[in-house]
Amino acid sequence: MIYDALAWLADVSNWVGDAGIWMRLVQHLAVTMAVVMVSAVIAMPIGIAIGHTGRARALVTLSSGAARALPTLGLLTLFGLALGIGLTAPFLALVVLAIPPLLAGAYSGVESADPATVDAAYAIGMTSMQVLRHVELPAGFPIMLGGLRTTVLQVASTATLAAYTADFGLGRFLFSGLKTNRYEVMIGGALLVVALTLVLDVALAALQCVATREKRVNGDGAVSGQ
Amino acid sequence: MTWVGNNLSLMASLFLAHVMLALPAVALSVAVAIPLGWLAHRSPTIRGPLLQVVGLLYAIPSLALFLIVPSLFGLEMRGSANIIVVLAIYGVAILVRTVTDAFDSVPADVLQAADACGYSLWRRFWSVDLPLSLPVTMAGVRVVVVSTISLVTVGSVIGVRSLGTLFTDGFQRGIVAEVVAGLVLTVLLALAMDGLCVLAGHMLTPWTKSSRLPRRVGFIGRSRGALPATPVTTNEEGSVP
Repeated sequence: MIYDALAWLADVSNWVGDAGIWMRLVQHLAVTMAVVMVSAVIAMPIGIAIGHTGRARALVTLSSGAARALPTLGLLTLFGLALGIGLTAPFLALVVLAIPPLLAGAYSGVESADPATVDAAYAIGMTSMQVLRHVELPAGFPIMLGGLRTTVLQVASTATLAAYTADFGLGRFLFSGLKTNRYEVMIGGALLVVALTLVLDVALAALQCVATREKRVNGDGAVSGQ
Repeated sequence: MTWVGNNLSLMASLFLAHVMLALPAVALSVAVAIPLGWLAHRSPTIRGPLLQVVGLLYAIPSLALFLIVPSLFGLEMRGSANIIVVLAIYGVAILVRTVTDAFDSVPADVLQAADACGYSLWRRFWSVDLPLSLPVTMAGVRVVVVSTISLVTVGSVIGVRSLGTLFTDGFQRGIVAEVVAGLVLTVLLALAMDGLCVLAGHMLTPWTKSSRLPRRVGFIGRSRGALPATPVTTNEEGSVP
């Protein structure tokens, strides 16, 4: 069965066209990136504010716990029923799922700054915003990047399942293969999804590695990234 | 809401089916993760690669594994064994790291005392290492229990009955109440099982009097101004009678 799937993958004609592998891959990546960006715009400021002020920490723990307990498929189908079979429903469901890990990453990044350094920064007369900009954000950058990595992987992964309610992404191969009993399409699609997540994971790990090593150099980048 | 009233027996049978998939998966992942975590704790050469591999496994979408694992291991795709094996893989991926940390957290002086008393490695494992690592391990088990119960629902898209069937059936027939019922039941089941884990944790580790288990899983940061909590101090806090 695996051989049939590899043969399907090796056939160039399966890669081109409007419903070909390339198109699905681009859709998958585009949706993943758009979801992560929208969620980051919502979650990062909140997470940074919670980490900086130390207020409403329970929100982070609660949202992480809720995200873990809430079944993704339930959320996708509920949004699908409410908003119809378009891209909007899975997009919003994915945003909801992407917020908790981003929030947690931003919060624990800022929180990870050494309290002694933060106190010292206040003691030499830095304002609250300066402490955030020059101490907490640079110190928390690697952890925030870790949160981003978790989120990208989770969204790319869940986007596969989102193809259950909408016509986009690599997940389509899995579902159409299942429906028509074409196991080579199903397994071939599954192998593509595995390959995509592994490549993303390794690429983001490498990025994280570089950023951590050159933390001081990239410190300003962390700030302008907001 | 009339749907809920008319389908109580269906919901009950799906609930039961859900539990029968989730519990064996959790049990299997604990049974595999504890020896693996112990190995990683004992041997630095195994530790790095093992933690890398389980990290990668966790990144793979469950739906893809539900389709690939049966053809690799010759399992029936729509059978319970497939779901249990795949979810156990995820459970192991989450737990191995925590179990490794848990064994690391056992204070070295306690281990030396046990060695000095003439405990064999085997006896020390069962009566010292394992019990003292439990508070940290249980925190990981709670994460696995909740995420496994949530992931079982994904199996419904390949046709394995669970509370997730309420999602697929409700979606195809356009019954919102059915999907909502599935969401509520899954979350309630997860909360109940999580509560049972906390209870079991208290019973297994009666020396941790306070309800504050060392929570070292996930993104729970230390409180501002506190000293950085090393594994050793965390455990001592919990193990002083």
